[in-house]
Amino acid sequence: MKIFSFFLLGAMLAVGPAATAADLTGTVVFKGVPPSEKEITPILDDPNCSPGYTKAPLTRFYVVGAKGELADVVVSLKGAAGPAAGAGAPPVVIDQKGCLYLPTIVAVQTGQKIVVKNSDACVHNVHSKPTAAGNPESNDVQMPGGADLTYTFANPEPFLKFQCDVHPWMFAWVTVFDSPYFCVSGTDGSFVIKNVPPGKYTMQASHRKLGVQTQEIEVGATGASAQFTFESK
Amino acid sequence: MFRFAGITAFTTFLLVGLGGLVTSYGVGMSVPDWPNTYGYNMFTFPISQWVGGIFYEHTHRLLASAVGLLTTVLAVWIWMSDSRRWLRWLGVAAFLGVIAQGILGGLRVTLHMDSLGIFHATVAQVFFVLLCAITLFTSRFWIRGGTLPSVSSGLKTLLLCTTLIIFAQLIIAATMRHQHAGLAIPDFPLAYGKVWPDTSPDAVALYNSRRVSVTEEAPVTAFQIQLQMVHRAMALVIVFLTAACAVLSRRQRGGGDVLSRFTLFWLVLMGVQVGLGAATIWTNKAADVATGHVLVGALSLVTGAVACLIAFRRFTSDSAVQASGGFGVGAFSGVPSMK
Repeated sequence: MKIFSFFLLGAMLAVGPAATAADLTGTVVFKGVPPSEKEITPILDDPNCSPGYTKAPLTRFYVVGAKGELADVVVSLKGAAGPAAGAGAPPVVIDQKGCLYLPTIVAVQTGQKIVVKNSDACVHNVHSKPTAAGNPESNDVQMPGGADLTYTFANPEPFLKFQCDVHPWMFAWVTVFDSPYFCVSGTDGSFVIKNVPPGKYTMQASHRKLGVQTQEIEVGATGASAQFTFESK
Repeated sequence: MFRFAGITAFTTFLLVGLGGLVTSYGVGMSVPDWPNTYGYNMFTFPISQWVGGIFYEHTHRLLASAVGLLTTVLAVWIWMSDSRRWLRWLGVAAFLGVIAQGILGGLRVTLHMDSLGIFHATVAQVFFVLLCAITLFTSRFWIRGGTLPSVSSGLKTLLLCTTLIIFAQLIIAATMRHQHAGLAIPDFPLAYGKVWPDTSPDAVALYNSRRVSVTEEAPVTAFQIQLQMVHRAMALVIVFLTAACAVLSRRQRGGGDVLSRFTLFWLVLMGVQVGLGAATIWTNKAADVATGHVLVGALSLVTGAVACLIAFRRFTSDSAVQASGGFGVGAFSGVPSMK
């Protein structure tokens, strides 16, 4: 019985910190009128890309819902230390489909795999253009039906650009963090950062065009919620 | 030989244009390997795979190979048949230049270095000038022209300074192109609605928030905005200087003189160039317009360089210089003999 109690206590201590961690939720909204998106007309001129389109798709810099919900905002806890996910974390997948990158905004942890697929029937070159020291630039060919390409980055960097030079309208941006506390807002503007230990943090919300906002927040045992508002300048 | 040199120079001009298309479309890295193309020997790369940006980059490489071949033949031809020692070495310089330029282009791709692209574009302009100079030196006009009167030192200095400023302008332009900052300022003649734009961090953040383009580029920086303003200011200075060259030449030498016609053509070229620069902004950097701007820029430099050569030669074209025979300005007056 004593041995059982000892193991039970040990198990409780082991899971204790995780049990107290909670989710940090919230929404991001946009106020004002965003700049007009542009038609990607060159996509219709390329016989390898045009078959899936009846009209040119639009650029997606400002993905704003009917009530101002703002997608593609990278939300994180600034400077928060946490366990490394690394190569063991599920990979983030970016697909090349219809000569566009899907999704265009993603976030990963240092060491986490980014898998780039080619669902198109044409060749793409996957050109990563990091700017942080220690993150190597690469430019790889991916033939139609070719094997997936895998990338990892060792150092944190905001909006690391992936592009295809064969189709120079194709871009994706990957933000690399050195902690596990980050997410990207969805099309409803909502975000969830999971398993945040209680404490005081500085939250950061970054949008490719609208810049960076920060706010202080305290996460309790039941979590916390926050809202970011970006305004038209 | 004159015609062959002219063909080589013209092919180089086309190559500069094709290079301009590569940067205008932003497809310089669409072929990731070099000297191969997608693993193929570049001359056996299937035409069916010349798609998207690959078409421009691959044809740029093929045309560069043609220029390399033409330049090699030209250098050998000059070496074998022209008695002017300095011209023979100029042919060798062209041969070495085309090789160096090819390697530079290749390294720009394999090393992922935009800065090498700036150097590649600058060397292209110098190489084009070199081939046009060789064409001039092999022309009847040059060979027979020893009795023409000399040019005043004032006009000579003005021509040289204007040409050097145009060269500096082309280096700035190459920097803008290879930093993908050709539209760092989206309006003209004003800049963000002002004569001189605000480049404070807040203002630059505002500009970037409003930039929506299909071929999305990195956010513009204050430096890139200021660089484009310098480019615009220098364009005004160059127009003024070429006008001064045309007026001075006409006053000193009359309207029928070769140099006067050259400088008048130069001034017209500058007018076209300013128009193309403005059109590049107004058309949101349409590739054909932006490439036209590159080509007229190259022509402007060559026109200035050729005018300088003519002026320098006239300035020193007395019998004493003709007799010198060494490599230098005076040596250009030497009458060649064919082996």
